[in-house]
Amino acid sequence: MVRVTTRINGDEVTFVCEPDETLLDVLRDRLNLTGAKEGCGTGDCGACSVTLDGRVVCSCLVLGAEAEGRQVGTVEGIARNGKLHPLQEKFLEFAALQCGVCTPGFLVAAKALLERNPDPTEAEIRFGLAGNLCRCTGYDKIVRAVQAAAAAMRKG
Amino acid sequence: MPLDAKFDPATHHFRLVGTRPLRPDGYDKVVGRARFGADASAPGMLVGRILRSPHPHARIRAIDTARAAKLPGVKAIVTRDDFKDGDPSLKDVLVNVMARDKALYDGHAVAAVAATSASVARKALKLIRVDYEILPHVTDVDEAMKPGAPILHGDMRTENIEPAPKKASNVASRCEFGHGDPEQGFKQADVVIERRFKTEATHQGYIEPHACLASVGSDGQGELWVCTQGHYMVRNTCAALVGMDVSKLRVTASEIGGGFGGKTTVFIEPVALALSRKAGKPVKLVMSREEVFRASGPTSSASMTVKIGVTRHGRITGAHADIRFQGGAFAGSPIELGAMSAFACYDLEHVKAVGWDVVTNRPKQAAYRAPGAPMVAFAVESVLDELAHKIGMDPVELRLKNTAKEGTRSSYGPKYNRIGLAACLEAARRHPHYEAPLGPNQGRGIAAGFWFNFGGQTCVSLNVNIDGTVALAVGTPDIGGSRASMCMMAAEELGIEYDKVRAIVADTSSLGYNDISEGSRVTFSTGLATIAAARDAIGKLCARAAKIWGIAPEAVVWENGRARPAGPNAGDFAPLSLAEIAKTAAKTGGPIAGHHEVNADGAGVSFAVHLCDAEVDPETGRVTIKRYTVVQDAGKAIHPSYVEGQFQGGAAQGIGWALNEEYVYGRDGRLQNPGFLDYRIPVASDLPMIDTVIVEVPNPGHPYGVRGVGETSIVPPLAAIDKAKAGKKRR
Amino acid sequence: MVRVKLSGPLKVAAGGEAELEVEAANIHQLLTRLAELHPKMKPMLERGAAVAIDGQIYRDDWFRAIPEGSEVVILPRMVGG
Repeated sequence: MVRVTTRINGDEVTFVCEPDETLLDVLRDRLNLTGAKEGCGTGDCGACSVTLDGRVVCSCLVLGAEAEGRQVGTVEGIARNGKLHPLQEKFLEFAALQCGVCTPGFLVAAKALLERNPDPTEAEIRFGLAGNLCRCTGYDKIVRAVQAAAAAMRKG
Repeated sequence: MPLDAKFDPATHHFRLVGTRPLRPDGYDKVVGRARFGADASAPGMLVGRILRSPHPHARIRAIDTARAAKLPGVKAIVTRDDFKDGDPSLKDVLVNVMARDKALYDGHAVAAVAATSASVARKALKLIRVDYEILPHVTDVDEAMKPGAPILHGDMRTENIEPAPKKASNVASRCEFGHGDPEQGFKQADVVIERRFKTEATHQGYIEPHACLASVGSDGQGELWVCTQGHYMVRNTCAALVGMDVSKLRVTASEIGGGFGGKTTVFIEPVALALSRKAGKPVKLVMSREEVFRASGPTSSASMTVKIGVTRHGRITGAHADIRFQGGAFAGSPIELGAMSAFACYDLEHVKAVGWDVVTNRPKQAAYRAPGAPMVAFAVESVLDELAHKIGMDPVELRLKNTAKEGTRSSYGPKYNRIGLAACLEAARRHPHYEAPLGPNQGRGIAAGFWFNFGGQTCVSLNVNIDGTVALAVGTPDIGGSRASMCMMAAEELGIEYDKVRAIVADTSSLGYNDISEGSRVTFSTGLATIAAARDAIGKLCARAAKIWGIAPEAVVWENGRARPAGPNAGDFAPLSLAEIAKTAAKTGGPIAGHHEVNADGAGVSFAVHLCDAEVDPETGRVTIKRYTVVQDAGKAIHPSYVEGQFQGGAAQGIGWALNEEYVYGRDGRLQNPGFLDYRIPVASDLPMIDTVIVEVPNPGHPYGVRGVGETSIVPPLAAIDKAKAGKKRR
Repeated sequence: MVRVKLSGPLKVAAGGEAELEVEAANIHQLLTRLAELHPKMKPMLERGAAVAIDGQIYRDDWFRAIPEGSEVVILPRMVGG
């Protein structure tokens, strides 16, 4: 077992895990942060997306031990003090989710995208989110929600 | 509860229906709080894992679990010996859940363990010894039909052919639909084209793998948390397979991360229950993505021959299809639905579709969005397109000349009542997309599609709360925003605000039986039952008001969310709101609730027309979808955003099917691409925006005119895209 | 008397007859009568059949009346995705 101290959504957290345990399993099974989902376990679907020091990663491809001393961001940390982030608001308003299982990953990835590029083109959004699979929506409403959120955020 | 003859949904002014409120479960889903199949846990929970056959076809001589059982942390092991034969109608389901004498496909379950951790469970699987006698296998539908093919089931005789065959075969049955005599029809044609098509199996590709948490005590009572499209089906099937009273198994449907038909049966649930019962502890069992591909239920692959004749004026004189579906290792591919739907879009005098249900060494197919229809529509629409080209006729014009309409005898038997295909074709022709100029290396395709839709058993409870809010309990898992639609319909009827109604999916012990959320039935039948339950509650609310006023209940009407005295008492008393009546319910007769139980019929059939522009890179052959438009009849769109979502989602799945999704089996009979890297579903950068047109031709079988919309949108894409990439532009 | 159109496997079970006449006032009577006339149909009907009366498809509705002179078609029971 390894003892790991990290910051998750800004709060200091210490946990123990097996050396070969993924960050996704740690979040879900040890810390009860079940917002990140396992859709494939091989880094292909993006449902487990979290940020590690601000960079989007598939938490199924990261070891729990690698979180030592880093900053982890999960979907649970996107809303602040009970207030939804513009992306969350626009996902709801634009019906950008049907089943909702891919939504946490999309929100994490889209938030990182907009932090990097506050005014992305449609193509930049599509390529920026190409690591996240959605099987319900055909992406149309997701892309529109991200565009609307970007516009709202630029206005402040 | 049909559409009221005096009520026209096309002109009626709805207060809420047709608007786009936020879904009630949305908040939980954007903050990560929604609980899906794998998100539940229980104290003392064990981890379950399944051992699967690496061979596509093998006799299982023996299974030795002794070494695995001795591994510290292993709490239960189950094999075929733990599942006894019972209900003969569930035999195939049972054998698919856990292999008996033979492993029938790569991935077939042969044993399962429950252990204190995932790593112990994995080690235990490696210690189980299975003695296989490897048998010859077959995975291709045409190969499986040939004489001399490896036979899967020694007792399978092709049904529905005379005289009844004496030899075993991989062909489970034959079916035939149609009327008239196609040969006669072909004689009247100026052009007859016959083509052969093959489509590979695809997977529903839901992002959430199958997952459940089972807990069975030694008192014989059990609970199951599961992601499924039908938790009552899971309850009844599991109770039968593991030998429990239905009343002792309480099943709760988790939030479901996509289904598309793939979660309409059981795979891991009976195994989890059996493990839990043996271990005396809760067991969580979650499929890996590889297991989902190898061992859940993909579609049938198909081999088809379609022959259609037309006059030079564009009248179809005869149509014939011969359709072969392999549905995996068991009988039951959707061949009948494929054959019935083949020519359902057209008004034909001479039409016949013959279907063959074939077994192969592949996983047992499960329903996938309009099961059986997309591949057959691919073949039929492709031939029609070629015919249009041959006779120099606009492809929409050809379809309009032959379109099925009210009174047409469908190719599968009954006559249609009011349907919307012609309206969809006209709308597609009017759409700017239809005349838009094409760029270099681009082509445009158009295709039509059909799905039956149906209703089914449905039970709804609507409880009026003390503060004038309403709790609505439905029993159909919400796979795409249906709770929003139910709240809208309840609020519309009751005359209260949308956010005063809260809908939940009740567990199997809290509400009467409901069929699966499948076949585009939920907005239709749960909606119908919700409206009826609301009307039932309104009757009771009016009766309470009558009591309060001391007048006859018939003299009270419900208007804009209030009871109002009418007739001779009109104006005698101030109207009472739902909230006011609810507040005094305890003193006027107790709780107020509306209920409705029904086996709904009258689901209107659904048609769609898709337009697609594709660009082919002349150097690499890469196909890019440049523009896509879906036109579909929704009857009445309750929440248009989720109707559009169904249109777009089905189109995207069809695009994947047409361009890059397929099951690839090696010569060794093993699935070569059981992962999202190699089984590539469309990603955001593969697709354009998907434009939608909601046509509303009301369904006479629903109080608001609703038709199911979920399935049809996957039917036209295959042909539309194929024609677009072939660059066969319209005239 | 109800004239009922058969298709698919049911037609084969009825010895190739595409149309049959039976005495039945509702769907239950119709299905019972058909199973008596053609015992091969019985397992098929029990597995699930839908009945279309004047174009309206009923998947399960034993006591649905069949009006005199209506058009009746028996179909396989539909399932979906």
